[in-house]
Amino acid sequence: MSGLLTSSIARKVVMALSGIFLVFFLGQHFVINITSVIAPNTFNSWSHFMGYNPLVQYLLQPILIAGVVVHFAMGIALEIQNTRARTVKYAKYKGSANASWISRNMIITGLVVLAFLGLHMYDFWIHEMAYKYIEANPEDPTRYYEETVEKFEPLVRTVIYVASFGLLALHLLHGFASSFQTMGINNKYSPAIQTFTKIYAIGIPLGFAFIAIYHHLNPITH
Amino acid sequence: MKLTLKIWRQKDANSKGKMMDYAIDGIDGDMSFLEMMDVLNENLNNKGEEPVEFDHDCREGICGSCSLQINGEPHGPDRLVTTCQLHMRKFNDGDTITIEPFRAKAFPVIKDLIVDRTAFDRIQQAGGYISVNTSGNTQDANSIPIDKHDADDAFYSAACIGCGACVAACKNASAMLFTSAKISQYALLPQGQVEAVDRVQNMVRQMDLEGFGNCTNTGACEIECPKGISLENIARMNREYLSASVKG
Ligand code: HEM
Ligand code: SF4
Ligand code: FES
Repeated sequence: MSGLLTSSIARKVVMALSGIFLVFFLGQHFVINITSVIAPNTFNSWSHFMGYNPLVQYLLQPILIAGVVVHFAMGIALEIQNTRARTVKYAKYKGSANASWISRNMIITGLVVLAFLGLHMYDFWIHEMAYKYIEANPEDPTRYYEETVEKFEPLVRTVIYVASFGLLALHLLHGFASSFQTMGINNKYSPAIQTFTKIYAIGIPLGFAFIAIYHHLNPITH
Repeated sequence: MKLTLKIWRQKDANSKGKMMDYAIDGIDGDMSFLEMMDVLNENLNNKGEEPVEFDHDCREGICGSCSLQINGEPHGPDRLVTTCQLHMRKFNDGDTITIEPFRAKAFPVIKDLIVDRTAFDRIQQAGGYISVNTSGNTQDANSIPIDKHDADDAFYSAACIGCGACVAACKNASAMLFTSAKISQYALLPQGQVEAVDRVQNMVRQMDLEGFGNCTNTGACEIECPKGISLENIARMNREYLSASVKG
């Protein structure tokens, strides 16, 4: 059993499981966010539910944060190990001859996504925590829609968000399909899995980008 | 044709090496890459210089001894061939060709272009075998029915010649394609089941101990493998490993 924690394969599986978990979270996050475009009232009530339901706040939210931390920490650990596995570099290394750029640069797209997560937490989560627990404001189930749309008023923020979604798409284009291979799934369903993961990897970030741009172009006028 | 060769020269395991330039002429497109290296060494010998050391044995693509990172790819730009089966017609007159040893911490350079690949032997010794009674009462092979697809897949996995191109190509110097092929060739057959749990655990442990990197599923190994060993082997190894971990 000990190998299950320290071996190369175990590390890979942790990477894949945490990645898949984040992919599911991303889908759920998208479903809530898209309501801010099509049904602002639904967006308000769902956001309020997520913000005040104890199960979400005290169980799911910590699990999510742990998922990001585990995925990040393992990504860094693997990167260090992988760099150490080749101490003398090639004078000429033609990586593009046999593998895609995105598959070779998961650490770069991953770190950009992490930087984005920092900004995103600052924008929404820190604000929420301050609103609820520090300023101890009363519950207001109608504020979320307006607050969200206002966030996308500055062009800079909108551009940064959209660019980050682009890199997230690159990360997922390799990562989502790769996690199936890591977990040992490579069979007659793999072509279908590849297609599904590609559609998801492009579609979900594209959807997020659409929401950001939509709110930027349709500010609330009082 | 006329070529410029940039070749890694290193006196021994403990010396620092460097890239050196060599001009070579009169190379025929029908020569193999190793024959081109022979011409170079003959020239060096005639000039009283030290020839470039490189590994080779069968020169017919079956032993796996020839190596060489050629223009940034193991066994050069051609697909499904070893360096001994690579022809000079893949290059053009006036080309500059960079020739380096396979690079991995687990494959230390012995001299020039020769690396120590005994790490692979140790992975194999850790579990790449089955225990059979060879006392003279060997069972008739046909008495164990084996599904045709499994037999074929086991055969494809067993085609791995242990050359190390997968490690050389991988950005992480991972040995997972080799190890998974050596595990698969038994995992697919009934004879391999008795030691299946220990085999995958011991071979993966040895692979990690040797200092190879982790797989990122870039697929570079599969593309560069002269024997077309498929990534399915790595997925199978991971399945075997996970189920072995659960079984103890
Ligand atoms: C929150 C959004 C993220 C999602 C949805 C996600 C998803 C994934 C998935 C599914 C994989 C494939 C795992 C596998 O190869 O088996 C993966 C791999 C990877 N991720 Fe992420 N990831 C995210 C954020 C990050 C961050 C913030 C980093 C920062 C370091 C990162 C670094 C990596 C690396 C380095 C790999 C390749 C691991 C390897 O070499 O096997 N990811 N990611
Ligand atoms: S898997 Fe292919 S590249 Fe790797 S050692 Fe075997 S034959 Fe060589
Ligand atoms: S020398 Fe035997 S495979 Fe090339």
